[in-house]
Amino acid sequence: MDFSAIVPALPGLWNGMLMTLQLMVLGVLGGVVLGTLLAMARLSHNRLLANAAATYVNYFRSIPLLLVITWFYFAVPFILRWITGEDTPVGAFTSCLVAFVMFEAAYFCEIVRAGIQAIPKGQMGAAQALGMSYGQTMRLIILPQAFRKMTPLLLQQSIILFQDTSLVYTVGLMDFLNAARSRGDILGQPHEFLIFAGLVYFTISFAASQLVKLLQKRLAV
Amino acid sequence: MNYNWDWGVFFKSTGIGSEIYLDWFVTGLGWTIAIALTGWLIALALGSLLGVMRTVPNRWISGIATCYVEVFRNVPLLVQLFLWYFLVPDLLPEPLEMWFKQDLSPATSAFISVVVCLGLFTAARVCEQVRTGIQALPKGQLAAGYALGFRLPQIYRDVLLPQAFRIIIPPLTSEFLNIFKNSSVASLIGLMELLAQTKQTAEFSANLFEAFTLATLIYFTLNMSLMLLMRLVEKKVAVPGLISVGGK
Repeated sequence: MDFSAIVPALPGLWNGMLMTLQLMVLGVLGGVVLGTLLAMARLSHNRLLANAAATYVNYFRSIPLLLVITWFYFAVPFILRWITGEDTPVGAFTSCLVAFVMFEAAYFCEIVRAGIQAIPKGQMGAAQALGMSYGQTMRLIILPQAFRKMTPLLLQQSIILFQDTSLVYTVGLMDFLNAARSRGDILGQPHEFLIFAGLVYFTISFAASQLVKLLQKRLAV
Repeated sequence: MNYNWDWGVFFKSTGIGSEIYLDWFVTGLGWTIAIALTGWLIALALGSLLGVMRTVPNRWISGIATCYVEVFRNVPLLVQLFLWYFLVPDLLPEPLEMWFKQDLSPATSAFISVVVCLGLFTAARVCEQVRTGIQALPKGQLAAGYALGFRLPQIYRDVLLPQAFRIIIPPLTSEFLNIFKNSSVASLIGLMELLAQTKQTAEFSANLFEAFTLATLIYFTLNMSLMLLMRLVEKKVAVPGLISVGGK
């Protein structure tokens, strides 16, 4: 084992890490927004809307993320062509991001739903008694409280997504893992680069999950 | 470039022997189930042992189990798979390494790697559920066991574990379902399980929407039937008078 080749490769690995982080941050943001909308749909009194959202969530939760990534990679260019009627070049990055957002939204939806349901019913009643509309109640009263309660869970799910971004390997995107693997292969030291990649993932995820635990203790009443 | 829908594609010949595309899906599903079930056996055995270790009154033993969980939970599954498939065989003693790389068929060696990987990966999660189950039991159970003159292993075997396992069935079910979904990473080391067969069908037949739709349906059905099965098990073994309290 000789880890000296890793030092000159660091800038390339850093670029990979930037892509990993980009995928994670954008995936979490998109996933939380879509997941919140889904959660509100699941809890709405409109049966059709609630059922549609439940079907969406059950569907995405029962198939592997890798299947979604692969499918979208093949399918997004076709779908875009049907919509726009012309060839729209779309990169692997975009199709992976769409896959992450749609897949993670199902998981975030369940977290947000549990968060909303944990808010006492009186809050809703009080807001309506004050003459607030449903949208106002959600935006100003329910969601701010719910999000505070579920921050640790949302962060934990984000750490899982951070690890799952490595699956973009399947479509050849140069994220951190793929950057490490390809450099290791070129330099003839695949083992050293693989171990290094594992250590980096471990350090980041471990540190982040310890921070989340601390936060959880602090937020606990 | 137009897309030609053809839902009959699964009954068409693949051009290889007398196989039709549906045969590929059947073979793939077989591999997926084989990986998941074998991996699950490892996960359940090792995870239970680790879960017990985390709760025993000995710092060293629980410390080892905690380290295991942290390592296996904080390294991405794909990195773990690559380590098992590319690195570990090179570290084996020479005769074993030769056997793994030359005597075994590529599918068998990939199968062994992915089963070990998924088994150990899932064991960390099973461990946490077992620990939660044991800790959810009233403290009096342990004390009562001691008061009756049981030794610690007896208390675990006859008092704590039979109760803990029954209350953690719901979270264990979701880990059980996860191992089926996670088995799809095997496609990345060339094992022709369900996802790999789907990709191959999409590439050979150019009917990618049909292929992926069928794969989705298979995963969905598999998931739903396993969930129903586990619900039955849960009902059958429920502890009378206890509402399930398994944590997640």
